[in-house]
Amino acid sequence: MGRTLAEKVWDEHVVRTAPGEPDLLYIDLHLIHEVTSPQAFEGLRLNDRTVRRPDLTLATEDHNVPTLDWDKPIADPVSRTQVETLRRNAEEFGVRLHALGDKDQGIVHIIGPQLGLTQPGMTIVCGDSHTSTHGAFGALAFGIGTSEVEHVLATQTLMQTRPKTMAVTVNGSLPDGVTAKDLVLTLITHTGTGGGQGYIVEYRGPAIEELSMEGRMTICNMSIEWGAKAGMIAPDQTTFDYLADKPEAPQGADWDAAVEHWRSLVTDDDATYDEEIVLDASTMTPFVTWGTNPGQGVPLGEAVPDPASFDEPGDRVAAEKALEYMALTAGTPMREVKVDTVFVGSCTNGRLEDLRLAAEVIKGRTVDPDTRLLVVPGSAKVRLQAEDEGLDVIFKEAGAEWRGAGCSMCLGMNPDQLAPGERSASTSNRNFEGRQGKGGRTHLVSVPVAAATAVRGTLSSPADLPELTPTDA
Amino acid sequence: MDAFTTHTGVGVPLRRSNVDTDQIIPAHYLKRVSRDGFEDGLFAAWRDNPDFVLNRDEFSGGSVLVAGPDFGTGSSREHAVWALQNYGFRAVISPRFGDIFRGNAGKAGLLAAQVDDKVVSRLWDLLEDKPGAVVTVDLESRTVRAGEGTDAIEDSFDIDDYTRWRLLEGLDDIGITLGHADDITAYEEKRPSFKPATL
Ligand code: SF4
Repeated sequence: MGRTLAEKVWDEHVVRTAPGEPDLLYIDLHLIHEVTSPQAFEGLRLNDRTVRRPDLTLATEDHNVPTLDWDKPIADPVSRTQVETLRRNAEEFGVRLHALGDKDQGIVHIIGPQLGLTQPGMTIVCGDSHTSTHGAFGALAFGIGTSEVEHVLATQTLMQTRPKTMAVTVNGSLPDGVTAKDLVLTLITHTGTGGGQGYIVEYRGPAIEELSMEGRMTICNMSIEWGAKAGMIAPDQTTFDYLADKPEAPQGADWDAAVEHWRSLVTDDDATYDEEIVLDASTMTPFVTWGTNPGQGVPLGEAVPDPASFDEPGDRVAAEKALEYMALTAGTPMREVKVDTVFVGSCTNGRLEDLRLAAEVIKGRTVDPDTRLLVVPGSAKVRLQAEDEGLDVIFKEAGAEWRGAGCSMCLGMNPDQLAPGERSASTSNRNFEGRQGKGGRTHLVSVPVAAATAVRGTLSSPADLPELTPTDA
Repeated sequence: MDAFTTHTGVGVPLRRSNVDTDQIIPAHYLKRVSRDGFEDGLFAAWRDNPDFVLNRDEFSGGSVLVAGPDFGTGSSREHAVWALQNYGFRAVISPRFGDIFRGNAGKAGLLAAQVDDKVVSRLWDLLEDKPGAVVTVDLESRTVRAGEGTDAIEDSFDIDDYTRWRLLEGLDDIGITLGHADDITAYEEKRPSFKPATL
């Protein structure tokens, strides 16, 4: 019988299988950052173990680095210790590190693809749940905890129970102005945050095939937000074209051999999935969240829902709690919700394509005087490229803050945080209570919605903005 | 890792669903480079509230957390497991766990016992009626027990066989895998040459 993409990649990485035990999977690439690795390296040291394959390991600094004054020593001593610990560990165990100030430093899930280290058919893990991003290349990629980080460091393998497979088929085409982010937010509201639990999900269908690699990464990135183990998209010409000029992509005969193999990484016609969901992209619109998990969303054109409208008692209680936390009243049109801070960045939407999209909306306009727009490139390279293209000037002229690369306000670990009660429109992936700062209120949005919201000061799409007159432009 | 066979301790009812790992411990508290000292960050946003269950004297010394569905979703931070353990929890009971959290718990020696929705509701009722009541989680027989007489609750919980075995034996995964080093080497010998390397 035929096999799915996920099964093919899984099978290729089984080192050992035994009845009643999880499979032992080989890991092709292990990404590391400063927050979830120190205890793992310490574990190696305590047990007198070493890193089995430093040549399949890559470290960077992203979660806890400042985006201002990043060229100076880190001001917060505890954060500095954490970053210095990674530097010491990388040095001691011979792991390649892209430290702050290095042109390849950045969010783990941005730099892997950007370097060309993320390739189809690989197994990729990282102590970060959004490792699912790399699945956009047809890799099997998932987040792990620190004990597993230690396990991979010591053995280059992981024990894993084979998950079930699910297909999400998206027919039609996304209308103009509707992005991959809107697609995935629509999907998560449709399935709920637990809908993908226990599955490796394959996104497929015409709407997925039409997406750029950046859009595909946005979708796979948010797989974890509906509980999936991983998200994958079969590699195709778009994938190969993206990889062709990347520094770490295979060269010469290796490239040919690689592409030949990658072409086989598609689900066979006679393969079956354990579960299937079908969506129509052509009916989708800009989509925003109103609640405190990514499954609590509505189209931007709608209103804050009434908790009483939910059938399930659990959903009703969750909605009540969320509205209270978010300080929202049922029935308020989403477009009237006033936003204090707009964050453009993160591994979901912090790539060059995202910054271009934001700049396109912002260009010739100004940020609302009561709103703050924070633009944080996902990597140092994205920052440099954006500056080459003059995007930073567009943002700064509009009144936005242009920062250094990192996770920043996506998780509110560095000083980029919401104040209690502050409301954000954020291109990141989590609207959990306090995620962006204690008491902060987050609305997840696409890049065009974020940019338009910064201009109007309330949740908006570019279509809500007055046309620029020729003199403005 | 210490072996886990059975544990009896004060049950703490956390009447919430979708408690993601950002709620269990916010990012701000993740800066330490050790595995201890994370108890301060546990449920940090709620600890300011004097009525929050962990602030009530009857539940001091609680070691079995009873939570609603989708506990531990979101971020992969194992700090969430350490924070619970550092605080004194030995087991968490919930109808559904985030995948990565459940995996992390199994590795770190915190028992994540998956039970039916109804069991959680009954435990909540019991623990709120009789604050300070104890709950037993018996890994050997995979049962959770609480209450007495007509109130008594006894039901089974789910945990995968492999994790159960490892917890019962107190085994270290890495040690087990290193025992298969020959298989790993054999696999490495046939990896295609086009696969990328970082060095
Ligand atoms: S940008 Fe946000 S989601 Fe992405 S790796 Fe950083 S903290 Fe995690």
